[in-house]
Amino acid sequence: MLSIANLVPDLLGTYGDGGNGLVLAQRARERGEETLLVTMEINDPLPDASIYLLGGGEDGPQRLARDVLARTSLASRVRDGATVVAVCAGLQILGSSFSVEGNDQYAGLGLCDVTTTRGASRSVGELRVRVGERLLVGFENHAGRTSLGDDVKPLGRVEHGRGNDGTYDGFRADTIWATYAHGPVLAQNPWFADAILSSVLGYELETLGSVADLLYEERCRAIRS
Amino acid sequence: MVGGRVGLAISPHLLTGLARDRTSILVSGTNGKTTTTALVATGWGGDVVTNDTGSNMPAGHVAAFAGSRSPRAALEVDEAWLGAVLAQVHPRVVVLLNLSRDQLDRASEVRQMAERWRKVLGDGDERVVVANANDPLVVYAASEATNVRWCDVPTPWQADARSCPKCTLALEHDEGTWLCSCGFAKPATITTSLRDGLVIAGERYELKLALPGAFNEANAAMAVTALVQVGVKASDALARISEVEAVAGRFTRRRWNARTFRLLLAKNPAGFDALLSNVEADQADLWIAINAHVADGHDPSWLYDVPFEKLRGHRVWCLGERRLDLATRLDYAGVEFRVVDDLNELPVEAREVDLIANYTAFSEWLARSVPC
Repeated sequence: MLSIANLVPDLLGTYGDGGNGLVLAQRARERGEETLLVTMEINDPLPDASIYLLGGGEDGPQRLARDVLARTSLASRVRDGATVVAVCAGLQILGSSFSVEGNDQYAGLGLCDVTTTRGASRSVGELRVRVGERLLVGFENHAGRTSLGDDVKPLGRVEHGRGNDGTYDGFRADTIWATYAHGPVLAQNPWFADAILSSVLGYELETLGSVADLLYEERCRAIRS
Repeated sequence: MVGGRVGLAISPHLLTGLARDRTSILVSGTNGKTTTTALVATGWGGDVVTNDTGSNMPAGHVAAFAGSRSPRAALEVDEAWLGAVLAQVHPRVVVLLNLSRDQLDRASEVRQMAERWRKVLGDGDERVVVANANDPLVVYAASEATNVRWCDVPTPWQADARSCPKCTLALEHDEGTWLCSCGFAKPATITTSLRDGLVIAGERYELKLALPGAFNEANAAMAVTALVQVGVKASDALARISEVEAVAGRFTRRRWNARTFRLLLAKNPAGFDALLSNVEADQADLWIAINAHVADGHDPSWLYDVPFEKLRGHRVWCLGERRLDLATRLDYAGVEFRVVDDLNELPVEAREVDLIANYTAFSEWLARSVPC
């Protein structure tokens, strides 16, 4: 049984981020995997899951989401091998500190050596990131400037937009996938959804072939580097 | 509209001067502004200044005032401009319908909008605020105002107020009420209710509308409540608005190339949710058109906040520049779809279909088609 949990969408879910859980669950089911998609709301205990999803949110809810999740066993579960997929504010929460409501020092969950401060301006627009041989396309809307520690690898190199700092976007650790491409980034990038699923399931996935592939090709053409 | 912009360039006080000595009602909120403003104008009766062209920023208000000498004005106001327009127009009444996520790439996030409203409405002015008691963000925005008439009207979209606008803890919803452990709660003193028919200030009225949907009943209840504040009899207002069938092309029957359809506007998750709840079970096909121009918001991520799962059993013809985004969303929702790359592929059916379009797609279809 593959269990996927959307974490506190009542706090982090401003931009259709719930779509990412839906996409992972559907793509796993179409490969014949029995899949359960669950939601943890603010007052719920942390569910047992193989994949945890974190979305974007406004300052106040982001701070509260960090506080709520810090009281759970999320960090130890991830150290024990659970996968986390985080976008936007969710990305910032995974690090050691982030900027919220004028304070640049709010403690994160500390899963990665990553710090976020407030940038000089807000980044709003299309994002195009080179991830190995592939492109990741999406939309970003944030004011964060994220620095990665020496041991943390970025997810990819920015070809259009800002991402972490204008050069790199997101980060990758063993079971952590983080990007500033918010909202249903996995819907726009079916290869990325499958890369995450494949890493969790432990085998190579067959290509699905769906309208999402056409959307991906269209967005890659539309967002020029 | 050029006239309006030039006017503002001449004098920043032009709007103040034009609005002086007139009785104004302002309408703002994420959804239902245009319809509710039209209901206020029609319900008032006679000649009323109104910005029915959809220009809901100060230039549009200047143009509306400049075009009429009527002592009464019903004006739609963009959410972000509410503070500026309040300061210049000094309305007798302001109607606050709802606040939800909408075009987050160009507008501020919804909690920030509620915070901005709260600041401008708490200025001690004696104006009457007619506010939706079932929208926690609106209640937060209006609760510092001096005179509020709370309206208990259907507000199904609650996804943007799951956490308390005041303290961010979880809001609890129960049996038509809501509250937070910090004490922030649904207002207890309700002026207008739609819970068991329409009741305004203790009087029961019959609400019959030509416009469809529970959301339009909420709009009408709030419009009439606003009119009562300026001395209009509720029964007179209700008689006049019951005949409104279409507002700025919304809900109109149109024809294009031998196909007939009813044209509906939905620009954001809350608006879509309201319309999808109204799709009749026996309507096999539905057309949906999605663009992502500036006026629509460049980011169609919000499609994943729309409960398209409600359309299982229907077939959706995907139109507009972002039809592949829509089709992908529907695919993951388990809804049958067709991607329409050439409009001539649209089926010619005897039965009229519903076409739901977001802002610029709506305008395109309105321009492309004729009334029928």
